[in-house]
Amino acid sequence: MEYFIQQLINGITLGSIYGLIAIGYTMVYGIIGMINFAHGDIFMIGAFIALIAFLLFGLTGIALPIVLFLVLLISMLFTACYGWSVEKLAYKPLRGSFRLAPLISALGMSIVLQNYVQVAQGARVKPLQPLISGGLEFFKESDFVVTLSYLQIFIVFLTIVLMSMFTLLITKTDLGRAQRACEQDRTMTSLLGINVDRTISITFILGSSLASVAGMMFVLYYGVIDFYIGFLAGVKAFTAAVLGGIGSLPGAMLGGLLIGLIETMWSGYISIEYKDVAAFSVLIITLIFFPTGFLGKPDIEKV
Amino acid sequence: MKISAEIKTIIKDSLFTGLISLALFGPIVGLKTSSKGEGLFVTPHVSIVVLLVAACIVGRFLIGLNSLRKKEINLIGNITSTISNYMDNKGKHVAITGVLFAIVFPFLPFTDRYVLDVSIMILTYIMLGWGLNIVVGLAGLLDLGYVAFYAVGAYSYALIATTFGWSFWVCLPLAGLFAGFFGILLGFPVLRLRGDYLAIVTLGFGEIVRIILINWYEVTNGPDGITGIPRPSFFGLEFKKFPDEGETSFHTFFNLEYSTMHRIIFLYYLILVLALITNYFTLKIRKLPVGRAWEALREDEIACKSLGVNPTNTKLTAFAIGATFGGFAGAFFATRQAFVSPESFTFIESAIIVAIVVLGGMGSQTGVVLAAIFLIGITEVFRDLEQYRMIAFGGAMVLIMIFKPKGILANRKPTITLKDYIK
Repeated sequence: MEYFIQQLINGITLGSIYGLIAIGYTMVYGIIGMINFAHGDIFMIGAFIALIAFLLFGLTGIALPIVLFLVLLISMLFTACYGWSVEKLAYKPLRGSFRLAPLISALGMSIVLQNYVQVAQGARVKPLQPLISGGLEFFKESDFVVTLSYLQIFIVFLTIVLMSMFTLLITKTDLGRAQRACEQDRTMTSLLGINVDRTISITFILGSSLASVAGMMFVLYYGVIDFYIGFLAGVKAFTAAVLGGIGSLPGAMLGGLLIGLIETMWSGYISIEYKDVAAFSVLIITLIFFPTGFLGKPDIEKV
Repeated sequence: MKISAEIKTIIKDSLFTGLISLALFGPIVGLKTSSKGEGLFVTPHVSIVVLLVAACIVGRFLIGLNSLRKKEINLIGNITSTISNYMDNKGKHVAITGVLFAIVFPFLPFTDRYVLDVSIMILTYIMLGWGLNIVVGLAGLLDLGYVAFYAVGAYSYALIATTFGWSFWVCLPLAGLFAGFFGILLGFPVLRLRGDYLAIVTLGFGEIVRIILINWYEVTNGPDGITGIPRPSFFGLEFKKFPDEGETSFHTFFNLEYSTMHRIIFLYYLILVLALITNYFTLKIRKLPVGRAWEALREDEIACKSLGVNPTNTKLTAFAIGATFGGFAGAFFATRQAFVSPESFTFIESAIIVAIVVLGGMGSQTGVVLAAIFLIGITEVFRDLEQYRMIAFGGAMVLIMIFKPKGILANRKPTITLKDYIK
């Protein structure tokens, strides 16, 4: 039981990270209908910028909460630049061309970003000593002490805050309304005087900022990154987005949590080597029974 | 003054580009993290950032000036249009010349071992591209896990050949069969999914196969891979300098001086024949009912259903046949390397094969050849700059898509038209 609670806590933490990345996939898919393969690498770049910022601020001796806040802002800002530029360079010229063209462009961009970081930062893994240590301990009398570390509280809390802000942004503001309108019908939206290009750019900026937050959490949680983390995290986050129903924001979060939980439970109880197999198998099985994910809108086929 | 106003916007744009590129390159290139002793340290690299930013500003300025001219220079677009027009007119001659050239290629004076090795690699990718073309180009199913079938082919060949010691010509069809069987196994549950859902499921399947290969030590020997896979023989004649007892080697049988090139040339012809078989098969099957059904399904699934085509079965045949050819290519890979490990079957391989098919112009057989030569060639050109070759590769993918979104040979003609009846 104690062990189960521990795995539950770990799963939710991991799920928060996946969920934040998944939002970027699901938003872009919703608005322009493409799999943004480079999104996982945007997440990786966010993690690198956060790491560099942590190293720089580590020299100054500022109090930890301020450092966290500053690093958060910096990595969001710089990563957003990457998201924006990738969209402008690789996807915007292809708007309106056939379905696979942006996908190949995104694959190419993903290869470029990965190798660019490898060249610029080196191929070796980058460790960071833990910044937030300690935690709360439960079930101290039993054999297995459950630990809820402050870092995990921080990650889950930050995810909840960002998610609520984001939900408000999409449901209540003009920007969110424009975004939802673009999702439904881009031509009609532009006829109604909304700048579609700008809305799409903002979608990419928002998605990349959330991915960079996930990147920062990844650095803090695992304490080690390399240029290759974007691929697996990206694929799993995309799996999460599909599981929850691609195009649906609550679906992305739900999918993220599910993938996080499946992964930790599987590695806790069955086998750690096959944890990735578990995530993908669950995806395949789910899609057989729910072809558009849990919360996705059913696809209506028209002639 | 109209011109100066335009120049002004260009300058403004260029400066903005400079600002953005500073934000892009500043932290990642400018602040390099490296470990010294314990922990990481940041070393600034200011000069590279300045150079990169300056290059971006100048580049943006030149692009701006170019767009001012009446006629924009669109180099890649022009070249590829010329190629595709030419191919439309002289397609058949070019194909025959190409095949003839490929046949005499190993005996040309400039062909040395390195060139031949690269050609074998390109031909392997051409074969994989042709195999995947059945799935992606003809049936319109986006398969991002094609490397899984390549891996199944390679590993089944390796396992059968090392365990039973059977010859290449027995193991090759078996490897293809196994891969085809895996295609059916995966295809059966997932082929009712549409578009991008199918893409992610196939990607997941590719990863599952790779993870199983890494972890199933008892059979696959894990990350170390399988070594000592027997080399192919020329109808029983081994390519060895000193053949084992009871064996005849190739050079003694034909009274030749022993040379390692014999085997390379043999491998070259082997993959050439395999690739041409794939091509021939595809060209023929396109004219059969099932091939027509694939193309019809790609264009309009609902219309097909209404006309009584069973989409799942039709897709399944495409998937299985594509997988079988992937398996053949995998078997060839295994015998060429004499070694297989999970490292060779990562997602990037799937991405390269899909890129070859799409960049070639979906469904175009010649396009696959051109794209394979171009993409693999570009990584070879950058071979000395090891680190930059994949950047060049990815960049080429993006650029071709931007200038030629439908691929190099975009003009896809219908396989059948009603030319006799419509007047």
